[in-house]
Amino acid sequence: MTLIRPDAAARAAVRTHDLDAVVVGAGGAGLYAALELKQDLGPEARIGVISKLYPTRSHTGAAQGGVCAALANTEEDHWEWHWFDTVKGGDYLVDQDAAEVMCRDAIDTIIKLEHLGLPFDRTPEGLINQRRFGGHTRNYGEGPVRRSCYAADRTGHAILQTLYQQCIRAEIAFYDEYQVLDLAMPDGPDGRVSGVIAMQLASGEIHAFRARGVLFATGGFGKIFKVTSNAHTLTGDGVAVTWRRGLPLEDMEFYQFHPTGMYKLGFLLSEAMRGEGGILLNKDGEPFMERYAPTMKDLASRDVVSRSIYQEIAEGRGIDGKDYVHLDVRHLGAEVLNRKLPDMTGFIRTYFGIDPLHELVPIQPTAHYAMGGIPTDLDGRVLADETGRTVPGFYAAGECACVSVHGANRLGTNSLLDILVFGRRAGIAMAHELADAPPAAADPWAEVAVSRAVSSLRGRQAGERAATIRQELQEVMFTKCGVYRSGALLEECRADVRALRERAANLVIDDKGCRYNTDMVEALELGFLIDCAEATVESALARRESRGAHAREDCPQRDDQAWLKHTFAFRDADGGGPRMAYKPVTITKFEPKARTY
Amino acid sequence: MDVTLRIKRFNPEEDLEPHWEQYAVEAEPTDRVLDLLHQVKWYQDGTLTFRRSCAHGVCGSDAMLINGRNRLACEYLVKDAGSSITVEAIKGLPLVKDLLVDMEPFWDQYRSVMPYLVNDEVPEDGKERRQSPEDRARYEDTSRCILCAACTTACPVFWTDGSYVGPAAIVNAHRFIVDSRDHAHEERLQIMADPDGVWRCRTVFNCVEACPRDIKITRAIMEVTNEISAVSGG
Repeated sequence: MTLIRPDAAARAAVRTHDLDAVVVGAGGAGLYAALELKQDLGPEARIGVISKLYPTRSHTGAAQGGVCAALANTEEDHWEWHWFDTVKGGDYLVDQDAAEVMCRDAIDTIIKLEHLGLPFDRTPEGLINQRRFGGHTRNYGEGPVRRSCYAADRTGHAILQTLYQQCIRAEIAFYDEYQVLDLAMPDGPDGRVSGVIAMQLASGEIHAFRARGVLFATGGFGKIFKVTSNAHTLTGDGVAVTWRRGLPLEDMEFYQFHPTGMYKLGFLLSEAMRGEGGILLNKDGEPFMERYAPTMKDLASRDVVSRSIYQEIAEGRGIDGKDYVHLDVRHLGAEVLNRKLPDMTGFIRTYFGIDPLHELVPIQPTAHYAMGGIPTDLDGRVLADETGRTVPGFYAAGECACVSVHGANRLGTNSLLDILVFGRRAGIAMAHELADAPPAAADPWAEVAVSRAVSSLRGRQAGERAATIRQELQEVMFTKCGVYRSGALLEECRADVRALRERAANLVIDDKGCRYNTDMVEALELGFLIDCAEATVESALARRESRGAHAREDCPQRDDQAWLKHTFAFRDADGGGPRMAYKPVTITKFEPKARTY
Repeated sequence: MDVTLRIKRFNPEEDLEPHWEQYAVEAEPTDRVLDLLHQVKWYQDGTLTFRRSCAHGVCGSDAMLINGRNRLACEYLVKDAGSSITVEAIKGLPLVKDLLVDMEPFWDQYRSVMPYLVNDEVPEDGKERRQSPEDRARYEDTSRCILCAACTTACPVFWTDGSYVGPAAIVNAHRFIVDSRDHAHEERLQIMADPDGVWRCRTVFNCVEACPRDIKITRAIMEVTNEISAVSGG
């Protein structure tokens, strides 16, 4: 028998695809970018979309409420008002030039979606219908405004389907069920990105996708937390791959906890339930939000309401002394529940087996949305550092990216707007860059490294299960780096995450096969989760103030003097703690003010 | 409560035929069948293979044949499924591994019906196209499809002959056929009038029972046949 050197064997087993552009992730941001790329580069362009799921399974499809744009179809509205609401909602950490672009582009973007076929609900005149949503106001905070464009209570589903349908029409090439594992960066962190390396789930083969431009639209990483509204597959793959390549992650300490997750399950009960008049109650049946936010009460911003619920629980007023409170919608009546909130009512009936018309609904804050991520400029170009230098050939958009339009706390409906506006802009900018980009160079070192990592995981015979480590990670992140934080808790959390990383280096998988080895996929995803958790806890530890979703009991005030700036965390390649750098917030119109609701 | 989970297993790299395996799991009555599958995969046997993502009935990944009926594993609770639960892959699509089937034939059928709006005219004022709430309501039901394949793989006509386009593809054709904005009405009806199209339906209603979204599939099929008749001057 001839012995083959592992390197040669590994390289020989890698399949290559030569494309012009590769989009990783098939949610709203990735699909909109792919459409723009195809349209701008023409039918001959080889555009590939890689996704670990079938595109219609992407988490964009789970969004409910709507997507905001100041169309003014039912009452007076202006994109400048939307801009202000976004900046205030983000506790003034929003880059105002980015939010301006988003709110202004929103109008054209939503109109274009209608042209693509999106089934928006309509006004009697046949225009796109609009409704109210938390935090969106007229005339700089005077009162609620109808700004959210919607398709029943499944707007995300409609967006995802419409974009995928048009991608089919445009004959875009899809590579479904490929797990991305690395970027091709043959010249290191200062050079071009020239493709990605992924595992085909059906065969277990390693594939190298060479391309002159790469867009990451890989979504969030809510699975670092025990209770989350996020899908099982939201494991921060693209964020972690970027981090491992020595590129920075921005504002990772800002993670949004949505107040009304279903107890233990974590799925969302939409803000619309409180919008229609639902009230939060503690174990004494007291409507406690009146004490925390006297004006907006249950409709204060998400970070404020989540903290209030935690305060109630901490002071022993959770239901039965446990970590949840009640949402009371009984007084809304059958008409409102069945007609205006049918999906929510259905979730409660299916999963709790209770009728919200007669019973109180157990809820707890649930990890929902990453404000931070891969830093980009206004056209999705990935930033190499805090000075604004970009990485040639590399783009990011959607929840995995940080433009930053959400600052320290995202406003409801702005996530769908973000993926559409910046997915589209990234696609346009990328098409433009590709016209002059050099041919894609291979990264044989990365191909071999990925192949080796996969075979070493398959070959290990004893160790812990990934599920055990993941469960502990989710527990420590939820309890020590969740709604409330402190220096002491974060120090503990950092030590815990480091210990878990060491244990994860020796985990074992049962499935040694090649075809659809989801046991291996979950082990690889755990590695990504640990990276995201590390960047989150380190960034949280460094920021000694409370702002938006980042609430530290040991530094309870917002400190604009010292902290009106974005965190840029870099991984230390030698295994030490990350390096922190900071970038000033762009303020063009709205001076920071105290934020009250 | 103690639950006995019987799962039809198949490992293409080792087995010649699928076989049943039994697992004992501890469960809450409110647990989903998906939770039990995860218990087995995470703590008993990591080789158990299935698709899932959102885990609350909106992404359509985890359609399976559970206790003899097509359902989403994430929407079926233990209190309804009982203490003895059987799970196997959906039928009519090639079995790949355990509970996972080859979905490509299903997507081929979906793509074959031109499942996209065809209309490249943009209103002169640059705004949205007008559509009345009544016209919008015509495709409300069929636009709710999550492409989980529960309907198509419950259809006996599809089981016997996979060339039948199947209920899911017809539902998605319907969504555009009755959309007042669409310009490819007749082309799409021609596809539906193909020998492998809508006429193959035998109104067995399995699809309606299987749909986790309660879409009125047979009504959509009837509306498509009516449209074909109208166009062909019938």
